[in-house]
Amino acid sequence: MESLDVDGPHSMGTTIIGVTYDGGVVLGADSRTSTGVYVANRASDKITQLTDNVYVCRSGSAADSQILSDYVRYFLHQHTIQLGQPATVKVAANLVRLLAYNNKNMLQTGLIVGGWDKYEGGKIYGVPLGGTILEQPFAIGGSGSSYLYGFFDQVWKEGMTKEEAESLVVKAVSLAIARDGASGGVVRTVVINADGVTRNFYPGDTLPLWHEEIPAQNSLLDILSAPSPEPMSM
Amino acid sequence: MEFAPKQDQSKNPVLIPVDGPIQRTQYPYVTGTSVVAIKYKDGILMAADMGGSYGSTLRYKSVERIKPIGKHSLLGGSGEISDFQEILRYLDELILNDNMWDDGNSLGPKEVHSYLTRVMYNRRNKFDPLWNSLVLGGVKKGQKYLGMVTMIGVNFEDNHVATGFGNHLARPILRDEWHEDISFEDGVKLLEKCMRVLLYRDRSAVNKIQISKLTEEGVTPFPPYSLKTYWGFSSFHNPTVGAEGSW
Repeated sequence: MESLDVDGPHSMGTTIIGVTYDGGVVLGADSRTSTGVYVANRASDKITQLTDNVYVCRSGSAADSQILSDYVRYFLHQHTIQLGQPATVKVAANLVRLLAYNNKNMLQTGLIVGGWDKYEGGKIYGVPLGGTILEQPFAIGGSGSSYLYGFFDQVWKEGMTKEEAESLVVKAVSLAIARDGASGGVVRTVVINADGVTRNFYPGDTLPLWHEEIPAQNSLLDILSAPSPEPMSM
Repeated sequence: MEFAPKQDQSKNPVLIPVDGPIQRTQYPYVTGTSVVAIKYKDGILMAADMGGSYGSTLRYKSVERIKPIGKHSLLGGSGEISDFQEILRYLDELILNDNMWDDGNSLGPKEVHSYLTRVMYNRRNKFDPLWNSLVLGGVKKGQKYLGMVTMIGVNFEDNHVATGFGNHLARPILRDEWHEDISFEDGVKLLEKCMRVLLYRDRSAVNKIQISKLTEEGVTPFPPYSLKTYWGFSSFHNPTVGAEGSW
């Protein structure tokens, strides 16, 4: 019996998404944290607050992404006090880049920074491995994102409504969860716009079913005790 | 560096550095492919695609890899994009400090190229390179300049330069068809020919290219566009007829 790797470093295989819409951004993520093959946390929250108006989606090493976002939150807090007004998404993203780039030899984390500020509105910045910073209309990351490139190439469009953007994000994370073993659990979304921040939660059993997936049942016994189908008549 | 004597696995005596872990050379994550540039009649023409690859995935398709530097130069970068972005910050600081002298002088392309060469070579000596190949082109006081630096500090200037695959696919074309005082139109057509070959033959190439022009008057970045490709050759239609299983 080969030994299972249950003591591996905590890594969020993950699917993370950030999407801009007409008026703000929607951030989305799955909720699985694995150590090797064991799911250490099936309900993690990978969308972390940096300021009132800027959040970050974390992927890769759980430890690295947590400590990085802790540092950025700390610096942004001081920056906000000194500035006298909310930090912009661009500043937050560039702080993330600074830490990611300067510690590139030690960190293994890909992040998506998203938020809303009064100057630029809703913005999404991708900070992949290495510390590149790229402003994008939408960003996908984590191991599950491999399965979403084609999906987004097909369905993405500019100027969606808030409802369209959120349902796109939920659909996408759910598709990634279906195929990526390192992603799973629930879909969490965070919507950020001029009116504030809204957190949403979509449990696994409310997500749509994809190819070769079947509806959940309470028990086999329910299926057996169901009335058998009528014979067909000519 | 201080060393201490130890024994390796085969009991051979070796010297191990004492102060801290050995710094290893990193590896690139998000990379850009070739940059191609030529001198032409009025200045410099530079072309690069807008791709940022993540290993074999063509992950980002709107990465600007050619940027103006000061008033007189254009910088094109291939290799790790995060390092290219950091180099842009270094150059920003360099140009800013140069402007602050407020003495009527400004750094020309030769000087910027020299600065970059020093930075790249010194990083290489510390085994901590900036993982890029850079093309630096410019015009100052009528003098055209076009130079190249790699991540190990190899640098030279020439009438036409390219990075990465461009060295193997584009430069032979340029050696054959480039000539002194080539016009803007011919220059653009020549660059497009090079970029098309790269698109066919470089698997990290992306069909969205950016050409920038630099003359004494300044930098003109042209909007990104895509190249037409040609597949209508009769030998492409049924290449394995008469030799089934071949390719």
